[in-house]
Amino acid sequence: MVHGEAWTLKELFVYPNEYIYWSIQIVMYPFMTGLVAGAFVLSSLYHVFGIRQLKDMARFSLVFSFALLFVAPMPLMFHLQQPLRGLYVFMTPHFTSAIAAFGIVFSTYGAIVASELWFVYRKHFAETALPLKQKSGKSLIEWIKYLVFCALTLGVYDISEESLKRDEKAVKILAAAGIPVACFLHGYAGFIFGSVKANALWMTPLMPVIFIMSAIVSGIALCMLTYIAAVKLRRLFGSLKNVPQENEGQEVTMIRMTSKYLLLFLIFAITLELLDLIFRGYTAVKSWDVLRSVIYGKDFVNIFILQYTLGNLVPLILFLMPRLTMRRAAIGILLVLFGVFMMRWNVVIGGQAFSLTFAGYMHYHLPLVPHDYETFKEGLGGALLIGLMPFLLFFILTRIFPVFGEEEG
Amino acid sequence: MITRREFFRFTIKGMAGLAVPLAALELVKPGTLFANRTGAAGVRWIFLVDTYRCVGCGLCVKACKQENEIPYEANVTRTWVERYVLTKDGRLFADTPKGARDGFITDKIELGPGKYQEIKKEEIEKAFFVPKLCNQCENPPCVQVCPVGATYQAPDGVVLVDRTWCIGCGYCIMACPYGVRFFHPVHRVAEKCNFCYHRITKGMRPACVEACPFGARQIGNIRNPADPVAKIIAAERVGVLKDEYGTKPQVYYLGLSKEVK
Repeated sequence: MVHGEAWTLKELFVYPNEYIYWSIQIVMYPFMTGLVAGAFVLSSLYHVFGIRQLKDMARFSLVFSFALLFVAPMPLMFHLQQPLRGLYVFMTPHFTSAIAAFGIVFSTYGAIVASELWFVYRKHFAETALPLKQKSGKSLIEWIKYLVFCALTLGVYDISEESLKRDEKAVKILAAAGIPVACFLHGYAGFIFGSVKANALWMTPLMPVIFIMSAIVSGIALCMLTYIAAVKLRRLFGSLKNVPQENEGQEVTMIRMTSKYLLLFLIFAITLELLDLIFRGYTAVKSWDVLRSVIYGKDFVNIFILQYTLGNLVPLILFLMPRLTMRRAAIGILLVLFGVFMMRWNVVIGGQAFSLTFAGYMHYHLPLVPHDYETFKEGLGGALLIGLMPFLLFFILTRIFPVFGEEEG
Repeated sequence: MITRREFFRFTIKGMAGLAVPLAALELVKPGTLFANRTGAAGVRWIFLVDTYRCVGCGLCVKACKQENEIPYEANVTRTWVERYVLTKDGRLFADTPKGARDGFITDKIELGPGKYQEIKKEEIEKAFFVPKLCNQCENPPCVQVCPVGATYQAPDGVVLVDRTWCIGCGYCIMACPYGVRFFHPVHRVAEKCNFCYHRITKGMRPACVEACPFGARQIGNIRNPADPVAKIIAAERVGVLKDEYGTKPQVYYLGLSKEVK
């Protein structure tokens, strides 16, 4: 079986070699990198612009961004026909290709996030390691904890007032440097698509900007969602179990504050996407006939109902209505995340819904039940696996980087 | 201690001084150097398709599949033949069943798997066949987008794929406006027509050219003024496919019609 044949259905005149080669994993890839970039921008709002109300959210989203960072390249690896050769992109990058920049941008960004995390949590590492150092007769778990945190301090135990001041300054610089890099990381994911001149739907210089805006939207949304879930869980089982319900005010304020930024970027994203659509219709170049039939015909439900109405308009109304509650915010956030996912879907799959002949169509059937390795990794199973991965990693990371500060007091 | 004024003065002088000798340097690509050497300079492979001569027998597709070991039953092919039918009321139909590997065995037009459209003979205004293959572009987008440099242009113009280095990301397949690339079902790397590079570099003709009973396919060297194909391209009215993409395709067509996709 030829790659792509299992999930492609051709209609009318399509070249013989055309299939939907970029499937669900390539939808997941920009979705995931978008979440990384968005989460980081959210954390920087506090560190760089000093938006005090977001203090709690800042550490939370920084750790989440770090967890997402490891997941971002996974869909790419999953999709490669030769996954074992994936490292060649780092080893022999061919710099005329947009994908080749991945290694450099990705590692630069990773280094920035990792060092920012270190400066933010340095005090915590030292405070955890020092008492364990003095303690005699450590248990095995304490030994492991001691070794891990000792290593994480990188040998720096100075937590004087003065050195912590310097840390803050370093965090601020790193967070500021991280914003353009995070935007670049995702903007270039948009460039990967926007620069394909053979694809009539993808090719637009607006693509990187649209991708950045929707990235920030999705990143903020995911951080808010995880924050709400964490708060609720802690109320049910964790440390806040005995705190009376009235004290929820602080968290609601946090969510209301963050949702304002979500709205701002959501409006930017929608504006740009509509501008792109209007421009295409108005200029009506050679490809417009087939694009129109896809946008207003075959993909109408995906684009206008699921993406614009359910994913953009409904949450917009939900957030704009006064007295936002946690529950309403959670519903809005879920819809926003769904909307951004549908946007990625409509770009990646929608871009392959028509043939290069402009006289035929291809339909994508997502493999739900896998019957071999390929239909698993490029099917529902592979997508769910990638989708759950950041939460798992986030849970592991919070064992080392506590996100609900014990020192906030 | 250097003053600011002195610093700027030195900088400007230094830059001006450096600009002159640096202008004499030129960055050269190894490929350009190689192509300019005597011997290698003389070859730039091109292809000529005479659509008036094509009858859609599909022998070229068959020959190509066998020569280049593309699994016979796989629904991918390095070269294919398209059929275009224009009716008197202005409707356009086009198809290429199995890439025309078995020729066009029915008058019905394929509209998708298992769906056919019957067109009465008296309704037809014009109909013709168009063979397709890799255009070995002068400005190949597939080479530009390969993240690891596994696909590259040889000094004689042919675009090749290194099967040991391709990571199988599919970016080149997406970048080609002609749809000539696909994943090889066995090797699981990008695959494309290379004018039968293993043959043309040994003085033989490509398998499809050999197989065509009507001379609809010809290969030539545009750097050789005495080459019969180069002469036709210079003297006749030839067209190329999708030149709006700026790829500078090097497969030339005689009798290209505006309906061709």
